[in-house]
Amino acid sequence: MTSPFQYAPAPESRSIVDIAPSYGLFIDGEFVDGTGEAFKSVNPATEEVLTEVSAGSAADVDRAVAAARRTFTRTWGPMRPADRGKYLFRIARLLQERAREFAVLESLDNGKPIRESRDVDIPLAAAHFFYHAGWADKLDHAGLGPNPRPLGVAGQVIPWNFPLLMLAWKVAPALATGNTVVLKPAETTPLSALLFAEICQQADLPPGVVNIVPGAGDTGRAVVEHGDVDKVAFTGSTEVGKQIARAVAGTRKKLTLELGGKAANIVFDDAPIDQAVEGIVQGIFFNQGHVCCAGSRLLVQENIHDEVIASLQRRIGTLRVGDPLDKNTDIGAINSADQLARIRELSDYGVAEGAQRWQPACDLPERGFWFPPTVFTDVSPAHRIAREEVFGPVLSVLTFRTPDEAVAKANNTTYGLSAGIWTEKGSRILKIANQLRAGVVWANTFNKFDPTSPFGGYKQSGYGREGGRHGLAAYLKGAEK
Amino acid sequence: MIGSERLAVRKTYKLYVDGAFPRSESGRSYEVTDAKGHFLANAAWASRKDARDAVVAARGAFGKWSAMTAYNRGQVLYRVAEVMEGRHVQFCEEVAAGEGLSASKARAAVDAAVDRWVWYAGWTDKLAAVLGGANPVAGPYFDFSMPEPTGVVAVLAPQQSSLLGLVSVLAPVLAGGNTAVVVTSKERPLPAVTLAEVLATSDVPAGVVNILTGDAGELGSWLAEHADVDAIDLTGAPERRAMEFEREAAGTVKRVVRPPAIEPDWTADPGLSRLTPFLETKTVWHPIGV
Repeated sequence: MTSPFQYAPAPESRSIVDIAPSYGLFIDGEFVDGTGEAFKSVNPATEEVLTEVSAGSAADVDRAVAAARRTFTRTWGPMRPADRGKYLFRIARLLQERAREFAVLESLDNGKPIRESRDVDIPLAAAHFFYHAGWADKLDHAGLGPNPRPLGVAGQVIPWNFPLLMLAWKVAPALATGNTVVLKPAETTPLSALLFAEICQQADLPPGVVNIVPGAGDTGRAVVEHGDVDKVAFTGSTEVGKQIARAVAGTRKKLTLELGGKAANIVFDDAPIDQAVEGIVQGIFFNQGHVCCAGSRLLVQENIHDEVIASLQRRIGTLRVGDPLDKNTDIGAINSADQLARIRELSDYGVAEGAQRWQPACDLPERGFWFPPTVFTDVSPAHRIAREEVFGPVLSVLTFRTPDEAVAKANNTTYGLSAGIWTEKGSRILKIANQLRAGVVWANTFNKFDPTSPFGGYKQSGYGREGGRHGLAAYLKGAEK
Repeated sequence: MIGSERLAVRKTYKLYVDGAFPRSESGRSYEVTDAKGHFLANAAWASRKDARDAVVAARGAFGKWSAMTAYNRGQVLYRVAEVMEGRHVQFCEEVAAGEGLSASKARAAVDAAVDRWVWYAGWTDKLAAVLGGANPVAGPYFDFSMPEPTGVVAVLAPQQSSLLGLVSVLAPVLAGGNTAVVVTSKERPLPAVTLAEVLATSDVPAGVVNILTGDAGELGSWLAEHADVDAIDLTGAPERRAMEFEREAAGTVKRVVRPPAIEPDWTADPGLSRLTPFLETKTVWHPIGV
């Protein structure tokens, strides 16, 4: 269907961001050269090389951990909690002041639409620092047991789907509770973390409190396995999460994992269809589907299946795929060539296993990594696209007849991160929410996040929570959740 | 020989799986002695198949147990304490023999075990208030978090403290709404079997607790790897095996409670430290509007 409306391009200017030709690591308050092999960070929408970043070697990680330890012992640990809080408030404000710059940089490096980096990623990142700042001098009142103490040095490894937001989820609670950090951003999206290092400098944060060591898997392993790290926090794939849990076994390190998901988004026949369709779209196409809690399995009640699918296809036809910096863009670029290959592979499996693939007519840019929004119908619970995390804009549609069947199918997964329920009936929402084995349940909405609200998985979606009072426990000794 | 003294009826100690008292399917048993090495009884020596059966039973019971109201679950657990109290003398004899304690020290341990059970029975309907709450999110949403049980928990019970230690690790698992597969102290399994008889004659549904007498070093590995076990408490794992079990548990992202360096003083106030590792936090969002 063609739209009666034509949108003129409305690109955000990229001149607000200066990207240096090369970047190093941020250790002990300074930018230094890494001794690992340098890698390029590319704009996934154009394949243009944005810059070259040196990777942290094991020796660099050593230096970063040593700086973090020294600062923890001498400065940050003994500091008055109220002052620690003030530093976090400063960081929150600086992020807000430079929000536009961060949003553009994030969209350039990650490929996500500016609408999302501007309206979701950056404001939420600032909110996380603001929220946790207030906790710094109130930990005795957090209900986590008497006299909770920081653990020491936190080693944190974050993914590429929400680079700055995941940094905020990790760094803000660690600092608020008095720990220092060594953070490894993802290989394909290190730039907003390095810009964040500038924020740390502007805030006069004591050197060594935050250390940033870009790199790939080897760098992450060096952080996780370092003997002087007291706490490991990881967000990423379940496979890597298992490796980390193995590496941490038998040590004194505290571990939290936020891993994959295969969320069921359940639509009952009394749901307001238009709202549900918006929620389905938001659930699976937000951030190109690069979301661990994406609503990637649509469970729709059989009697409204055709109506929902028709409406959904009509709506998807209006989504604009293209330039991430265009303010009208709904779906940006796939983050990397590797990820695009994985999405293609799983999508092809969907066809090979007998599901029906539907994609809207849309022109994709010639350069860059792109995948159109995709809906699979006639999906069986045994299909790979119904079991494995695609981490892309690919929706698998299954049907159910009764609430019990919906719950059984929703829970039929090794994951348990999130779920959605669409129905007008309040009593049904509460009953189904109770029965779903998932850490976050969105009823008549989807993909909402807030720093006050605990987030994390059941089953193989990981353990521990981030956000809220619960999130603090991961960074405190003697804390009882 | 005809005598005036009555010949005692000795007890055969068996496993406790799905509300029944089977022998080990392997037919194995082992000698249990008192602290001085005198024969007390033969205990069933649980096999891998017994452990698997126990997990099936625990999974089967999880739906019912976790869906019970917290009030009801609290009453069921309190009922266990009532029945324990009635078996006080038997527990004292078994604890004294197994742990080599004086009668008065054994009595103190049994008293503490019953009281500990009562303490946890009172937690069931308070956890949500203490660990859950409403989250003031920046938007028109009602958003609340609540604790929920993790699922099936494998418990390697302490090797030294045969009843107080056992109760201290088992009761919190149940209070949170989980079901349990317990491996007892290898050398001191008898109070655990008696506890199983208490559970069987209380109102605890079959399968909620399954008790395996045997070797934690042997069974631990199978439970750590088992894909239908959600969490494992390694408190009673042999020191040299604990790290291996933790590694095996990583394969299914199990929640793990690591073993303490030495067996703790079980008379100390446990706080929430043994409840929270087996609870998940679920957060539910709904728009606010008209």
